[in-house]
Amino acid sequence: MLLIHCPYCGETLPETEFAYAGEAHIARPENPSEQTDAEWVEYLFMRSNVKGVHFERWRHIHGCGRFFNAARHTVTDKFLTTYKAGEPRPDIEALTGIKAGVKEGEK
Amino acid sequence: MSTYRIQGRGRVNHSEPVYFTFDGKTYTGLRGDTVASALLANGVHLMGRSFKYHRPRGAVSAGSDEPNALLGTRRGKGQFEPNTRATLQEVRGNLETTSQNKLPSLKFDIGAINDASYMMFSAGFYYKTFMWPKSFWDKVYEPFIRAAAGLGVAPSEEDPDDYAARYVHIDLLVVGGGVAGIMAALTGARAGAKVVLVDETAEMGGALLSEPAVTIGGMAGWDWLAAALEELESLGVQVMTRTTAIGYYHENMVGLVQRVSDHLDHVPEGAPRERLWRVRAKQVVLAQGALEKPLVFDGNDRPGVMLASAAQTYLNRYGVKVGSRAVVVTTHDSAWYAAFDLAEAGISVAAIADIRPKIDAELVSKARALGIEVLPSHTVITTRGRLRVKSVSVAPVSNGAVGTSRVIPCDVVLMSGGWTPSLHLFSHTQGKLKWDAEAQVYLPDVKTEEVEIAGAGRGLWGYGAALEDGVVAGRTAVKALGLRATARAPGVGVDRPGTGIMVKDLPTNGDPGKARAFVDFQNDVTAKDIRLAVREGMRSIEHVKRYTTNGMATDQGKMSNMNGLMIASDALGKAPPQVGLTTFRPPYTPTTFGALANYVRGHQFEVTRKTAIDSWAEENGAVFEPVSQWRRAWYFPKDGEDMAAAVARECAATRKSVGIFDASTLGKIEVVGPDAVEFMNRTYTNPWTKLAPGRTRYGLLLGEDGYIRDDGVIGRLSQDRFHVTTTTGGAARVLNMMEDYLQTEWPDLKVWLTSTTEQWATVAVNGPNARKVLEPLVEGLDISNEAFPHMSIAECTVAGLPARLFRLSFTGELGFEINVPASKGRVLWEALMKSGAEYDICPYGTETMHVLRAEKGYIIVGQDTDGTVTPGDAGLDWALGKKKPDFIGMRGLKRPDLVASGRRQLVGLLTSDPKVKLEEGAQIVLDPNQPKPMKMVGWVTSSYYSATLGRTIAMALIEGGFDKMNDTVYIPMPDKTITAKITGTVFYDPEGEKVKL
Ligand SMILES: [Zn+2]
Repeated sequence: MLLIHCPYCGETLPETEFAYAGEAHIARPENPSEQTDAEWVEYLFMRSNVKGVHFERWRHIHGCGRFFNAARHTVTDKFLTTYKAGEPRPDIEALTGIKAGVKEGEK
Repeated sequence: MSTYRIQGRGRVNHSEPVYFTFDGKTYTGLRGDTVASALLANGVHLMGRSFKYHRPRGAVSAGSDEPNALLGTRRGKGQFEPNTRATLQEVRGNLETTSQNKLPSLKFDIGAINDASYMMFSAGFYYKTFMWPKSFWDKVYEPFIRAAAGLGVAPSEEDPDDYAARYVHIDLLVVGGGVAGIMAALTGARAGAKVVLVDETAEMGGALLSEPAVTIGGMAGWDWLAAALEELESLGVQVMTRTTAIGYYHENMVGLVQRVSDHLDHVPEGAPRERLWRVRAKQVVLAQGALEKPLVFDGNDRPGVMLASAAQTYLNRYGVKVGSRAVVVTTHDSAWYAAFDLAEAGISVAAIADIRPKIDAELVSKARALGIEVLPSHTVITTRGRLRVKSVSVAPVSNGAVGTSRVIPCDVVLMSGGWTPSLHLFSHTQGKLKWDAEAQVYLPDVKTEEVEIAGAGRGLWGYGAALEDGVVAGRTAVKALGLRATARAPGVGVDRPGTGIMVKDLPTNGDPGKARAFVDFQNDVTAKDIRLAVREGMRSIEHVKRYTTNGMATDQGKMSNMNGLMIASDALGKAPPQVGLTTFRPPYTPTTFGALANYVRGHQFEVTRKTAIDSWAEENGAVFEPVSQWRRAWYFPKDGEDMAAAVARECAATRKSVGIFDASTLGKIEVVGPDAVEFMNRTYTNPWTKLAPGRTRYGLLLGEDGYIRDDGVIGRLSQDRFHVTTTTGGAARVLNMMEDYLQTEWPDLKVWLTSTTEQWATVAVNGPNARKVLEPLVEGLDISNEAFPHMSIAECTVAGLPARLFRLSFTGELGFEINVPASKGRVLWEALMKSGAEYDICPYGTETMHVLRAEKGYIIVGQDTDGTVTPGDAGLDWALGKKKPDFIGMRGLKRPDLVASGRRQLVGLLTSDPKVKLEEGAQIVLDPNQPKPMKMVGWVTSSYYSATLGRTIAMALIEGGFDKMNDTVYIPMPDKTITAKITGTVFYDPEGEKVKL
């Protein structure tokens, strides 16, 4: 069972206290009505599905209830770091030496 | 005492006999025996039949890697376990054991005809033989496979035993109680670490228990062992025998299963059978040792053919001679030492046949001194004997050519194909292995956890090396813990490490196509099967494994994987690492469901949520149904009523006068704050700005994809406060979704969300007399139709309790929902029952609620919708705030597929025969005479008998349904085809006058 660090509680706790909440850094468009079908499909359905470092959202659902972001390696399953919602993607390569798997065309 | 037991020898208690049964016959063992050692002491080798060919089989090992000696074990009613390893289960009083896979008896088995049909059952036979014709599956193949295959018999009675579970957090977990593990534990404990040491067998010591001649630290090995265990105890180490580390999970969590009472004659009151431990250790040392490999030759599975180390263990640990006349066949020095121990104990060892041409001169001279014939460069051709080996044929090999064979009579054949480091748990961690070309074994390489591997697990042979390595691993762990290690390894005498080589199937002068040279004993896979798989195109060992089922039995190939790999590599002409290695997965050995479930069974399997009114329902004879985790009153039968009668009565009473219903399970969320209305506008489809305080509205929640997620009536209590209700099952999901948007998309909104589901008890009162029942109990509010019209909400006092009162209806009748603090739910209910007595107020359950709402065409999200239904599909377009700039799902609703024609739409269905009730989920077609497979245009979502209408009613999702009003559709069922007419969904009071009373 994984241990997850909640950036709000500041504690490292068992996985069963948390719930996965999908890929991170996919912001809801400012004005959805102005989105073309292609843009909306991209937002709604397309996910990076990386083999490697994946940025994803978790919720400390049986704790403080906060949503936060995490960088997790999809091969080892392990968490590399967690950070608060709204904070920018951390530089994983600088942090761990592991190259982050970011979808083409993304920042 | 039997002739095969050596008086005074081994670690068993010779003065404490233990009686147990095997296939109905009583046998005598000694305290400390396993079932296998006790049977062998009685001269019994035949312990079972094999899985596929029903070949006679005996114990091949003396440990948990045993593939053959699998027995049914029983203590009493319900206390039956199939596939118990006879080599691990200790004898005890009241132990009944039975052999498996026999028809009708172990000694005479008609299933053994499979053995004669050997050619038919070769690799991939499941894929080839049972392919065609399709109709043969049900009648021929499946019954045949079911009768012929299967390992043991699943227990049929409920298990009366208790199973326990614990968590433990420690500094160091050591898995494996051999000398390396003990040394690692000592190193940790002496440095002050909190240590747990586990071993799967009944005693700590590992291989040392089978090698009494070794000296450690100047003492006899067994004396050193006793002293070491005493020291561990004095240092506070938790030493756990009969405890298997079943799996190694993330971040150093290791699962242990402790067999607490299977070895006891009588189980103490309240003692569990097994206990699951979840250990979170800062450091782990794996000292699991190595497993000896069998050799692959024709007839290597005959009872009496066993691993050389197993014979040595039976002799030295249990004081049992496995036979009278042995022949040893080997590729490793270790079998020579086993042969010497046997010979010195008075067992005749006829010969040692070694595939290697050059053998250590000391071994050869010692063998000759013991009167053992030495046969270097020899292979095994075959064995003979029906239920027990009677002879073995060996032949010289020179430059790959096999010479003339000779037959050596014997009653046991002891084999050794060398040793495989046991790295199962390391594999669980995704730890990488690398091939050591010189030793021809896989060794641990890249680690993913805080783990050290010690001893034979990383290819180190001999007690000196294992003790050293235990200290090294212990020191590394201790250092990582920030402690200081002081332990040193003791010196060792009479160490016999030895060397050997790894081989594929042994060369033969016989027809290899006819050889029964087993690789996987448990799944009956032969060398020929593996070569056939390669010929038929399998290239990776993962494919060979699945095609042949090699290593796929419950032992996960502990004995067979490496032999399978060597043979596949040979057939492919590649080095083993190029062919690959299969992955071990938890559990290390088969684990009972009891241990895994432990306390979480029966009423403790899941919480049962009960409302404040549940006790009243129970006292008044309600029949309950589970709805998500809630227990809800389903209907309230009166004397002699069945469900249909009760529901018909409840429906009629509610429509005629008044009904009362416990709606407390409805999800409730309080949305509060200056931006509450903006938040509601963005989340729910409806417009909320103009909803005045004191008014309510039916709210619809979509996903961004435009599909319905939830619904419920929402009341506005004040400018900044909404009382949101959700479906019973959707409460947590809706709150999670709201929190998600609030926290991550709109953190600027000043809104607070609070789950209030369990804070309110909710009672619905419905029917033309609802107001008359309620009015006398209400204070501080005029609930007349004029002052408190349909879809109102107010705070007031009801029956002396602070209340939130809704006027709404989920029945189509005049209705109120009264919310009071949960603890007062029953007080309110009883007050309403009293007040309603003169109107014959009728308590009703969820079934009546369903019927009444269906008569009105009110949907239930999750029943009439399935996650692909839009508001338009459900006829709820009116609930969309089309002038709003945005809400969740607004853009999604404009997706091409969601605006396309031909979508399934929710309609009513009336069967031609008003007595015929459709099955929910039944598929609908437009033309019943079309060829199969028919084009299905939708399905029935809700279907009931309506007492009010005197006929059945149904709702259905049908392609283009709104344009098919009054069309006839067909519902083909196994026995008949039902015709029905498409209608609107509102069957009762279509004008909606009754709610306005
Ligand atoms: Zn938290």
